Order: sequence, then C-alpha cells, then structure tokens
Amino acid sequence: MKDRKEIIEIKNLNKWYGDFHVLKDVNLTINKGEIIVVCGPSGSGKSTLIRCINYLEQFQEGSIIVDGIELVNDVKKIKAIREEVAMVFQHFNLFPHLTILDNLTLAPIWVKKTPRKEAEATAMKYLERVGIANQAHKYPNQLSGGQQQRVAIARSLCKNPKIMLFDEPTSALDPEMVAEVLDVMIELAREDKTMVCVTHEMGFAKKVADRIIFMDAGQIVEENTPEEFFQNPESDRLKLFLEQILSH
Amino acid sequence: MAIYNKINERKAPSNTKGPTVWIRENLFSTPLNVALTILGIMVLFWVIPPFVKWAYINANFAGTTREDCTSGGACWVFIRMKIDMFMYGFYPSELRWRINTVYGLFFVLMAAFKYLKSPLLKVALAHVYFIVGFLLVHGGFFGIEMVPTDKWGGLMLTIMVAAVGIVCAFPIGVLLALGRASHLPIIKSISVTYIEFIRGVPLITILFMSSIILPLFFPEGVTFDKLLRALIGIAMFEAAYIAENIRGGLQSIPKGQFEAADAIGLSYWQKMFLVILPQALKVAIPNLLSVAISLFQDTTLVLIIGLFDLLAMVRLSAADSYWLGYETEGYVFVTFIFWFFCYSMSTFSQKLEKRFNTNLR
Repeated sequence: MKDRKEIIEIKNLNKWYGDFHVLKDVNLTINKGEIIVVCGPSGSGKSTLIRCINYLEQFQEGSIIVDGIELVNDVKKIKAIREEVAMVFQHFNLFPHLTILDNLTLAPIWVKKTPRKEAEATAMKYLERVGIANQAHKYPNQLSGGQQQRVAIARSLCKNPKIMLFDEPTSALDPEMVAEVLDVMIELAREDKTMVCVTHEMGFAKKVADRIIFMDAGQIVEENTPEEFFQNPESDRLKLFLEQILSH
Repeated sequence: MAIYNKINERKAPSNTKGPTVWIRENLFSTPLNVALTILGIMVLFWVIPPFVKWAYINANFAGTTREDCTSGGACWVFIRMKIDMFMYGFYPSELRWRINTVYGLFFVLMAAFKYLKSPLLKVALAHVYFIVGFLLVHGGFFGIEMVPTDKWGGLMLTIMVAAVGIVCAFPIGVLLALGRASHLPIIKSISVTYIEFIRGVPLITILFMSSIILPLFFPEGVTFDKLLRALIGIAMFEAAYIAENIRGGLQSIPKGQFEAADAIGLSYWQKMFLVILPQALKVAIPNLLSVAISLFQDTTLVLIIGLFDLLAMVRLSAADSYWLGYETEGYVFVTFIFWFFCYSMSTFSQKLEKRFNTNLR
C-alpha cells in the first residue's frame, strides 16, 4: 500500500470543546500533492480541523489516517505523524531565545539526530530559498513579521515533510508583508508537497488551489475547484460569504 | 492635493537632557519633592559624619590587644584578631589552605566559563567543582586528614550552606515546577502537595525537624552528620520556593511556543529543556536571585541547631570575656560582609538578564 493516492483521510470527525460542538461529521480525503484551501467565517472550525491533523487538538469521534498511520493517542504514532506533517502558524511561533539558524536546526539535530554541520547546511539551503540567508545569525525579534513567517516556513521545510499545514499564515502580517509570504507559498505549491492552507487570501486560492473547502458552523458546506467555487457557488451561506469578502 | 518633501532628522532640543534637567525633574519637581529632598539631605548629614568619625577617623587599626583601643572610635583590632575565627570557624589553622584552594578554584571555574561554549560542559564542570571542593574541605581520603563538620564554621560555612542549598535545590525545583504544570494528575498533585506543605512551614521548623525529629526515625546506632541533615532540610525547603518562581516563568510562555515545539516533533523533555525552560528561566532570573539572596541571609538560622555560621561566630567572639563590649564592631563587620555578597549576587543577576536578553531591535 506504499503507493496509495490518499495521504490524508478524515472520516466522520467530531470534536467538542466542553459542550460546544466544533467539528460536525467532517469527511475529507486529500490526495498526494494536492493543494487544499480551507476558508470560512471565524469560529467555523477550520483551524481546529487542520490542528487535528497533527494532533495539536484531540478529537472525540471519527478517525484520521495520515499517510497510512491512524491517529490515536499513542506517543509513537503521534511522533511518526509529526515527522511527516509540518505546520506554519498565524503568529509564527519562532523560538525567541534561539538564532534563526538554531530555530531551523533544532528539530533535525534533536529529533532526527542529524549531525550539526549537515543540519546547518540544509537549514541554509532553505533560508536561501525563502530569501533570508543573510539574517541567519540574528534573533527572531530582530526581523519583520514577513521575514519571521518566511523563517517559520523554512523551519517547517527542514524536516522535509510530505504534508504542510498553514494556519492563517498571513493574518498577523502588515499588508505590505503579505505578498512576500504568499510568494514563498506559491513557489512551494509548485512542488510535490501536499498543502492544506487555512487562509482568507482568495487570490492565492484562485491561483494555486486544486480544491477549495468552505466551512461554516463546524461542517464542510461546500467543496469545489477554484473556478466553480468562485463562479457558481451553490449554498446561500457561501454566496453571502463571497459577497462579503469580495465586495471590497 | 499636496506633495511633501522628505524631512531630515535633527537632534533633540538641548534643554531636555543632562544632569541639571535630571535634578530638576527628579528632585525638585513639586513642593513635596523639594521638601523630601531637603529632608533627605539633612538625614544624610545627621547620620554619615558621626559614622565616618567612629568607623574611620577615630578608629583603632593597629595593635593586638584591647589596650590598643584608646581613641574612643571603633576597635577594628578586635576584628583583626578574630578574623580567622570569622572566616574558618574551628577549622584547624594548618589546614586552612584547603579552603583557600577551593575559593581560588572558584575563580578558575569562572575563567573557564568564559571560554567554554557548551552549556552542558559548564554544568558538568560546576558539578566537578562542587564535589572536588567538598571532598577537599572534608578530607578523609588519600591520606588527607579528615576535618569533621562540627569544626566547620564562619563565613566558609555560610557560603557552603548557601551554595549547596541553591545548587541542590535548583534541579528539584525545576522538576517540581514541571510537575505542577503537568497534565498527569498524580504527578501534579504530588508536586502541589509538596510545594504547599513546605511553603506553609518556616525554615526553622524544617531545620529542627531535620536535626532533632528525623534521627528518631533512624534505627539505633545510625547517625547522620548534623551539617548534612541541615543541608538536606535547606535544599528541600528552597526547592519549593524555586519551583514556584519557575512556575511563574512557565506561565509567561505563550501557548504557541508549546505548540510549535510539538509540531516540529520534539518529545516532552526536549520541548521543556530546549524550548520552554530556557525562556521561563530567563523570566524567572530576578526572582530566583531573590531566593538565593534570602537563602544566603537565612543561613544564619543554622545557629539554632548548633552550627556556627559567620553571624554565630561573631556573637561567640563578642562574648569572649577579654573582648567584651565590642559587638558593635562585629555586627558592622557582618553587615558589610553580607551586604557585599548579596549586592554581588544582585549585580550578577542584572548581568545575566542582559546577557540572555534576545529581545533586541
């Protein structure tokens, strides 16, 4: 089964925060190399959904299979999945006490036991790619938001993951810095990586997404190719949503 | 519509900085401040000249007997004659080089710290220093004469109790803090119970317990060194306070740091020791140094269980019938020594804070 097409299979996923039902019967299958954009109003459960994929959130019902490994509360399986799945956060979450280079080499050195020299060479390669190799010895707080987010992307690339999760990567950025981060993401999308992005950047969605998923009140309301999604929205909820975000 | 030209930077106006501005703004800004400033200067005039007169101008430095103290000022001869007692207690005088060697090695250790990069190596070296230091002072091996701990005393005992207390309490404190922040209910409740129990009891009680009550539980004939018992008590006591300070640091770390560490695949211990604790300890430095300073002062309590630290040594010497009446000099001396050590520690803490500050722009 090594060459299966599906890389993420989410079946009947249900999650509650206390009594609040955040995810309702979510079913989603994502194929290898696919670019998925998840959008929807705030509080619709889209961040929660992708945070379930690397087990930052636990769920009560249903199943998630990532690259053939079923997600259960078992340290070894969680570790195996986290080696394949990388995540980029809204607030970057770089480690402020480490230099940029050390931020990138931390996981390779400690988790994969890569020799330091080799890890640093790989890290520099990725920093080069996101265009901040010259800042490698600075600390995160000396960089702008856009640069920090690009470092965060480079950090998540360092373990060469099969799946990249993006949790509103541009929402905390000044408008002037959104483009530099999106450029990096667009370039990544051209590669073989599977990407799941929660984002409100509809331009980005149009350009690179294979499928767009619209969520509201904890469930997937609509799922379509970008052309159909924007031109022929079916549900009223999506029509309203598109009207509101595209009217300005 | 208008287009504006670029404006060049210029210096801030000169009447907004400098010493006169500082004095005007900080000392004479309001009538109340003017009054307080004048009052403060008056108090200084009232206190400082008589003290300087007593401690320096009229003081006696030369001589070896109390008959040499004739001028009416402080009799520093007393301190000079008793200094060995204050520094080393009853430690045999021909073996004091061992203690001095340990002091000397401390500076070697500090110098080595400057050149070593790896934190792991530093911690290892510090441990080697403590073990070698203790063995050298204690003796009793390789033909080095043993000096039983009841001969230890004075400043050397004060420093030792404080240093061993902090060094042993620190790792326990870290584990307790992690335990208290843990999601595992058993570990959490053990940590909380321990911390709250210890914090509810004064240090004196713990010292009494470790020196008087604890031996009652040992089988007949088993004895335990008095100093060692006190050290265990102090380390256990300080660990609870250190744990609470580190917990404060842990709580200040944003949730995103934990999530990022999880997401890149670090294990629990890697996450804590590589990502969370370095940041939490940095936040906790000022409070941890306060614990260290108050422990240094609390070492004077070991007198209660019959150990003679610096303060106890001074009291003992002042009670010497030959030197009767010179306890003021003794206490001024003790005050100075304590001030010197505590002030050094607080300067050190400020240096540490600066060094670990990566919040630069």
